[in-house]
Amino acid sequence: MSLERILGLFLRYTYVYRRSWIRVLEFVFWPVMDLLVWGYLTLFLSNAEKSFSSPFQFLIGAMILWDVLYRTQLGITVSFLEDVWSKNLINLLVTPITIQEFFIAIFLVGIFKSLLILGLLGCLAALFYHFHLTQIGFYLLPLIGNLFLMGSACGVLTIALLLRWGQAAESLAWAIPILFQPFAAVFYPLYVLPKWIQPLSFLVPATHVFEGLRGGLQGTYSYSHLFWATFLNCCYLCFSFFLFKRFFLSAREKGLLVKIGTQ
Amino acid sequence: MSNIAIEVKNLRKDFGKLVAIDQISFSIMESEIVGFLGANGAGKTTLIYLLLGLLTPSSGTIRIFGFCPLLARNEILSFSNFASGYISLPSNLTVRENLLVFARLYRVKEPELKIDFLLDLLEITHLQHKVTGFLSAGELTRVCLCKALLNDPKLLFLDEPTAGLDPSIAEKVCELLLEQRKKSGVTIIYTSHNMRDVERLCDRIIFMKSGKIITQGIPLEIVQEFKQRNLEELFIELTRK
Repeated sequence: MSLERILGLFLRYTYVYRRSWIRVLEFVFWPVMDLLVWGYLTLFLSNAEKSFSSPFQFLIGAMILWDVLYRTQLGITVSFLEDVWSKNLINLLVTPITIQEFFIAIFLVGIFKSLLILGLLGCLAALFYHFHLTQIGFYLLPLIGNLFLMGSACGVLTIALLLRWGQAAESLAWAIPILFQPFAAVFYPLYVLPKWIQPLSFLVPATHVFEGLRGGLQGTYSYSHLFWATFLNCCYLCFSFFLFKRFFLSAREKGLLVKIGTQ
Repeated sequence: MSNIAIEVKNLRKDFGKLVAIDQISFSIMESEIVGFLGANGAGKTTLIYLLLGLLTPSSGTIRIFGFCPLLARNEILSFSNFASGYISLPSNLTVRENLLVFARLYRVKEPELKIDFLLDLLEITHLQHKVTGFLSAGELTRVCLCKALLNDPKLLFLDEPTAGLDPSIAEKVCELLLEQRKKSGVTIIYTSHNMRDVERLCDRIIFMKSGKIITQGIPLEIVQEFKQRNLEELFIELTRK
């Protein structure tokens, strides 16, 4: 056994952290996010039975709907990344497709994938846990629609950041929605979060969707939550496209566009 | 009389302090096959990316059949195509699936028939149901050329398409390109380090060094002008200077 060789390999796996702040961030990101989500969930569950007749049903509903958001975003981002990984991005960029056509196609992929997951998880939840997401009726449709919108905004944002930082930012594809998760009150009501975080959470569209879901499961339908979710989603979608356009033009100027396509 | 296919005037591209393309001007006529030669880093690929609108020029103008690549991207890209030894196709799709996707992107009429024709032309019909990731370098090059010919381009950019190919396949690729030019009058911009291919294929060569054009003309004439025996010797002479 050679200590020198072990050190050589150790350096091979750690050198990258010296230059990539994204890798360093990723190193602490997942454990911290896990701790926040599980911590607030524990806080909620320790008092939940006083406020909710069946808190665990909320968890199943929240888990299914969270996946709608996550799969939409992932479907969009991974579609883009697949062309980067297979060195096919340049081939696409030299076809006469427009940016609008490109985004519509990958939005459809994201939505198609998340609809499949939604159907599958909905059936499994009904079969194994007698939980029927459809019990909240048509109110469910705008909630899901808003998750598609937020997933799409996150997807466009991720692609914009990939154009800015290249493949070093690849882990963002999986990390961006998780960044919002602790503050979006997915698995616990908004009031569980500290008071100072609540105004920030209000700015996350998913917060309104999951508050709406919990209300819907208890028979209360909040249209103000629907309004805020839709309004914020429209703002973020516009912002994501603005950022994408800016980074796309800058990538074309600096040569990052061809670099990411041939790496 | 031929029209001008590409007209470049005082083109410059900087990446920070690095001057990748340094004030170059040239024009290429319709149906011409022009080879861009030069050592690695001479600026050939950067020039192709500028012509394709994948990079923004720092200064100067580019006109492709009268259009500016940045303003009329869709028009230009609908009648041009590109293949490179450095880019690939989705490895998890079959050859036919890949070609069908690109046929749709170029809105090819009767795509199935067109693909059958091209697969036959490039002698790769037997590969059509093979997953692209399992193709050899020579097979993949021919599939990429198939993709590049899908829309019957008026203008074809080929960036080292024969890199890594054995001489017999490279020879076939050259034959095919000459035949295509004869049939459709396609204009071809070609870069390669294989001087034999360049001699055989190109009507004219433009020699680049450090982003500048150092000489251009008919291959045989340039070889004679620099008192060399062939293009390979000329290449070595000019890159060492």
